[in-house]
Amino acid sequence: MARQISYQQAINEALRQEMERDPTVLVMGEDNAGGEGSPGERDAWGGVLGVTKGLYPQFPDRVLDTPISESGFIGAAIGAAAAGMRPVAELMFVDFMGVCFDQIFNQAAKFKYMFGGKAQTPVVIRTMVGAGLRAAGQHSQMLVNVFTHIPGLKVVCPATPYDAKGLLIQSIRDNDPVIFCEHKMLYGMQGDVPEESYAIPFGEANVVRDGKDVTIVTFGRMVHLCGEAAAELAKAGIQCEVIDLRTTSPLDEDTVLESVGKTGRVVVVDESNPRCSIAADISSLVAQKAFGDLKAPIEMVTAPHTPVPFADSLEDLYIPSPAKIQAAVQRIASYR
Amino acid sequence: MSDIHAVTVPKWGLSMDKGTVAVWHRQPGDRVHKGEDLLDVESDKIANVVECPADGILRRHVAAIGDVLPVGALLGVIADADVPDAKIDALVAEFQANFKPIEAAAGGGPQPELIQVAGKRVRYLALGEGADALLLIHGFGGDLNNWLFNQEPLAQGRTVYAIDLPGHGESDKRLETGGLDEYAACVKGFMDAVGLRAAHLVGHSMGAAVALRIAVDAPARVRSLTLVCPAGLGAEINIDYLRGFAAANSRNQLKPLLVQLFADQGLVNRQLIDDVLKYKRLEGVTEALNRTIAAQFEDGRQRTLLRDVVGVVPAQVIWGAEDRIIPPQQAEGLPAAVPVHRLAGAGHMTHMEAATEVNRLIASFIADIA
Repeated sequence: MARQISYQQAINEALRQEMERDPTVLVMGEDNAGGEGSPGERDAWGGVLGVTKGLYPQFPDRVLDTPISESGFIGAAIGAAAAGMRPVAELMFVDFMGVCFDQIFNQAAKFKYMFGGKAQTPVVIRTMVGAGLRAAGQHSQMLVNVFTHIPGLKVVCPATPYDAKGLLIQSIRDNDPVIFCEHKMLYGMQGDVPEESYAIPFGEANVVRDGKDVTIVTFGRMVHLCGEAAAELAKAGIQCEVIDLRTTSPLDEDTVLESVGKTGRVVVVDESNPRCSIAADISSLVAQKAFGDLKAPIEMVTAPHTPVPFADSLEDLYIPSPAKIQAAVQRIASYR
Repeated sequence: MSDIHAVTVPKWGLSMDKGTVAVWHRQPGDRVHKGEDLLDVESDKIANVVECPADGILRRHVAAIGDVLPVGALLGVIADADVPDAKIDALVAEFQANFKPIEAAAGGGPQPELIQVAGKRVRYLALGEGADALLLIHGFGGDLNNWLFNQEPLAQGRTVYAIDLPGHGESDKRLETGGLDEYAACVKGFMDAVGLRAAHLVGHSMGAAVALRIAVDAPARVRSLTLVCPAGLGAEINIDYLRGFAAANSRNQLKPLLVQLFADQGLVNRQLIDDVLKYKRLEGVTEALNRTIAAQFEDGRQRTLLRDVVGVVPAQVIWGAEDRIIPPQQAEGLPAAVPVHRLAGAGHMTHMEAATEVNRLIASFIADIA
């Protein structure tokens, strides 16, 4: 039986294996090397949730601690990438990305284009996304769509430990800036992960369940909630095809359109706010390119257009649930 | 209760702990015969037929289509017509009252192991105990899981090893040449490492050519050869399949190739394709496969033919009549003493598609030699 490790361990293993393979790979972020020198074993905290723990003792000169200044160290990582390194910067919560938009949008994303292809920026920015951890409005957002909007960035959001390892390895080897979105509710999830190194290509969606009646397009943590909904719907005789986009930029349009061509009915599930979201983007794609295949209106299941609430009961209502996904599927499954 | 037979969820491979009833081929009241297709069960990995364990009347469907049941759970009951319904009810009640699912293999049952052979990692799985030793050798692009329908059934009273060849499965991906001699040296090294002086070799496709190579180089180590859809007997091979497999890096590229391996293309489900894709993404695999192709084929034809050893070492050939990778005609013209079994309705993966028959042929061939 294959070895099982957690999503968090899979990310750690990808970093370790790439650092072993390529001496230009370095890790930097708040508390990545912090805690070193404390009593006890010689190790650092490995970031706020310990994702990079264990790397510091093995690579003491390539695990860098940074001040609490995202605009500073993200800029440093981008500069190091332009100068030939492959930095993996940890920016604790995607919500804090706002203070370094210039570095990301105007610099990293533009270098290759504005310097006529003569510069490349192989930087990875790892960051936590998503709601569910009772961390309120400034630590819970799902901003995958914001980065997907910017040409020149690649945006990755793995749903499983297997994908987390393979997509992070691909991200590090990619010559463009990558925003690597780790869902904080998935860190403890266990799954089969090969010990050997492997890379999953970008722009290749994963069909996690076959079905002929309704297509569900989603990514990140929602893949699992959609899987739960699909299992319940199967008992009611509705066969859902569940597509995990894996990367929102580049986007695997073919897999989505092929599935909609088969089912004629589509629900897009995205835990972001609905306006200008991946859900809206996929809906427009289907409406433009598969209108003739559609047998029912496109459904979107998203968070409401509000900040993520702090009250537990409200946060639970905010996040798309399997029940809401089931209801959306049922609405269009019976649409004539 | 010799006249009542319980049909239970089979165990296909180590990781299977439950199965889903996909379809019943026979209905309650039907007269059924041992070996007939009774129903289809799906595991996480694969779908396959459950065969009828005995002659009689199918008296009950205990499990319905869509039911997900643990390995060993009751699916149905077969009995003669004169067995009263009450007795069938009693058997079902008793079975269900006493049934306890086997603990999931995690930590418990046998697991694949790793061993060093000439400085390289080889993964293998050993099942069963007994004086007779069998060694199962998979083909190009395969791994030890290809034998999931064979290894456990064959391990009754025997020790059965299945290995991942170098460049395959979870064994080391580095290959020096990719030639048959390198693969054969690794298998011999593996036999040394586990203390196996001689064994019955069962090889599929390229694995059969590897077995032939060992029989040529070290006949004393080969008690018999069972060659399943073998390479090494003729020049012709579906080189487009091999090159396509080595080059494919997405599901859409793999599927049209993998369906060529089976007579029943429905067996190529998403999980099977995903598993192959996961193997193909591992570092070093593409290079290992390309080396193997370069070393073993020239102008799209097999370089090394090893027909002469067939029959010098006791050998049998089993070939799916619908093999689209290597033509079954290559079994013609072998020495008369070599049994050749052409299995209808099976493609290149004959040991998966006609597992019960292949297992029976291997067991009886080995028994005759012993």
